[in-house]
Amino acid sequence: MTTSTAGVAKNPFQPNSRALDARRRGANILAITLTALFAVLAGAFLLYLIAYVASLGLKYINVNFFTQRPVAEGETGGGWATALQGTAVLVGLASLVGIPLGMATGVYLSEFGRGWLASVVRFLVDTLTGIPTIIFGLFAWVILVVPAHSFSALSGGVALSIIMIPTVARASEEVLRLVPRELREASVALGATESRTILRVVIPAARSGILTGIMLAIARVAGETAPLLMTAFGTTFFNTSILRPIDAIPLRIFDFTLSPFPSEQNQAYAGALVLMVLVILTSLAVRWATGGFRPRGR
Amino acid sequence: MQASISSSADSLSARARAWVVQLRLLTRRPGDFLFRGLTYFLVLTVMAIVAGVTWILVSNSLPTIQTFGLKFLTNDAFDPVHNTFGVGPAIFGTFITSAFAMIFAVPIGVGMAIFLLDYCPRQLRGPLAFLVDSLAAIPSVVIGLWGLLVLAPWLQASGEPWLQAHLGFLPFFQGTPQGVGLLAAGMILTVMVLPIITAIAREVMAVVPVAQREALLALGATRWEVIRYAVLPFARIGIAGGAILGLGRALGETIAVTMVIGNQASPPSLHLFNPGYTLSSVIANQFGEATQGLFFSAVIEAGLLLLLFTLLTNILARILIARLGRTRVAGLTL
Repeated sequence: MTTSTAGVAKNPFQPNSRALDARRRGANILAITLTALFAVLAGAFLLYLIAYVASLGLKYINVNFFTQRPVAEGETGGGWATALQGTAVLVGLASLVGIPLGMATGVYLSEFGRGWLASVVRFLVDTLTGIPTIIFGLFAWVILVVPAHSFSALSGGVALSIIMIPTVARASEEVLRLVPRELREASVALGATESRTILRVVIPAARSGILTGIMLAIARVAGETAPLLMTAFGTTFFNTSILRPIDAIPLRIFDFTLSPFPSEQNQAYAGALVLMVLVILTSLAVRWATGGFRPRGR
Repeated sequence: MQASISSSADSLSARARAWVVQLRLLTRRPGDFLFRGLTYFLVLTVMAIVAGVTWILVSNSLPTIQTFGLKFLTNDAFDPVHNTFGVGPAIFGTFITSAFAMIFAVPIGVGMAIFLLDYCPRQLRGPLAFLVDSLAAIPSVVIGLWGLLVLAPWLQASGEPWLQAHLGFLPFFQGTPQGVGLLAAGMILTVMVLPIITAIAREVMAVVPVAQREALLALGATRWEVIRYAVLPFARIGIAGGAILGLGRALGETIAVTMVIGNQASPPSLHLFNPGYTLSSVIANQFGEATQGLFFSAVIEAGLLLLLFTLLTNILARILIARLGRTRVAGLTL
């Protein structure tokens, strides 16, 4: 009835004329050029940002930076010791609460979590990551700062600890799930109880992955500014009480950036440099620990 | 009817049995009981914290919700002297800066993902992917620092006058170049959401079956045609999910935006050179004096609205990404 070729769909990718072929090849080259441009520009922006921040901030990184507290504009010397101390205190407080809560949630989701409760917890953890961090600052401000009529390191620690929970929880759950079933069975077969198996076999097997998650969470909260603005608030003095305002590296950067004095603005670059180096070193360490520069995907 | 009764009875007895198991655990293996109990207690604490955050925001917003009702969403005054509050300009500013960021970040981000997955030479792929991922790790205060001290002065001196001269017929590029404003905030947000959108686009495009790519190649398609006809249609929903996740981040970004947006409650207008406000920058700017009364409540309600908007976008994004059967995006901290 029909000839052999009429019923066969034509291959749309078959080159049938020189002009069409050139157009298709042109589209391909255009796509390569554009996408390469985007990717290279994004990578170059990061390198530029590091280089620019370093070029202005590097000269302030000296002994004073680590040992002195900030001085008034016009005086010489001064450093970031209060901010460094404050960040250490705040991250410490946050870890004290955030790591146990995050790890427990991870253990629950991977070891016990079944049914509706697990779905609810997993949903909450997922949504927690997407909530703007200033919301947790607002929360800590309402429950701790406003009643006490005072900004405090404690309220800053509380805000940061909530931010840590989902990162630690998700990382722990993911690596705990990767622990082979045989390992658990072997432990139980030897007579170990459930808690002993989890604490002595499963968690140690996933140790490096959990540590990775904790490091990521610490890097994340160390760079947080918005929630600290309304809780820890910042100060240029050393502080020994967690019930009083405390400084932090991001808060000092924020303060110095908004300063009208160029010398203080330049000091903001010094703080930014230290913060970026900290964060990027952490992510490099994490990458190294989790298997190097293996590209994702194919 | 009968079936449902018997099944509820079943589940009742199942629950009773579960309690018996728990009790037996308590008597025979108190260590396990303790460990389980502690874990559940900590998990419940996390849930209580989430509930607490929501409750604190809702209960403290009630005074302004009762006083202003829906007018709070449109009123453009944030005026403690006359005790009238509204976040109209802030809502507008939040959405216009985020929309700006999405318009640029989605095509650029997907393009970057295509390059990193398909075109990029093997030796370049690892380092370039690392740089792009590291962009996400830059603290937002550092981006804000750069935005305020480098980008904004440049926009005022060269960028905005250039746009006005060449594209001034568009409503977006009219008004006085001021550097800080909606345009600067939109540009900063573009940089900040780019890594998320790229990372998720890469994840979802990587799971396109190799056979599907190879089939098209075998037909004589160019590599762009493979992406256009085999990869992008497959990854479309996941990419949309990633874009909405990026939108959620753009809506809630606080410190960098506060530093470059100008923080003025100007009436909503499409002039991107104007200074503006976002919900998060209202909170960051106003909390200092707002310790009581309607002023306090107004700041909290701004937070509640922000929570609501970001929750909705995040839930939508997760539904879209989950449709691909991958509820979690590996190796990514969002």
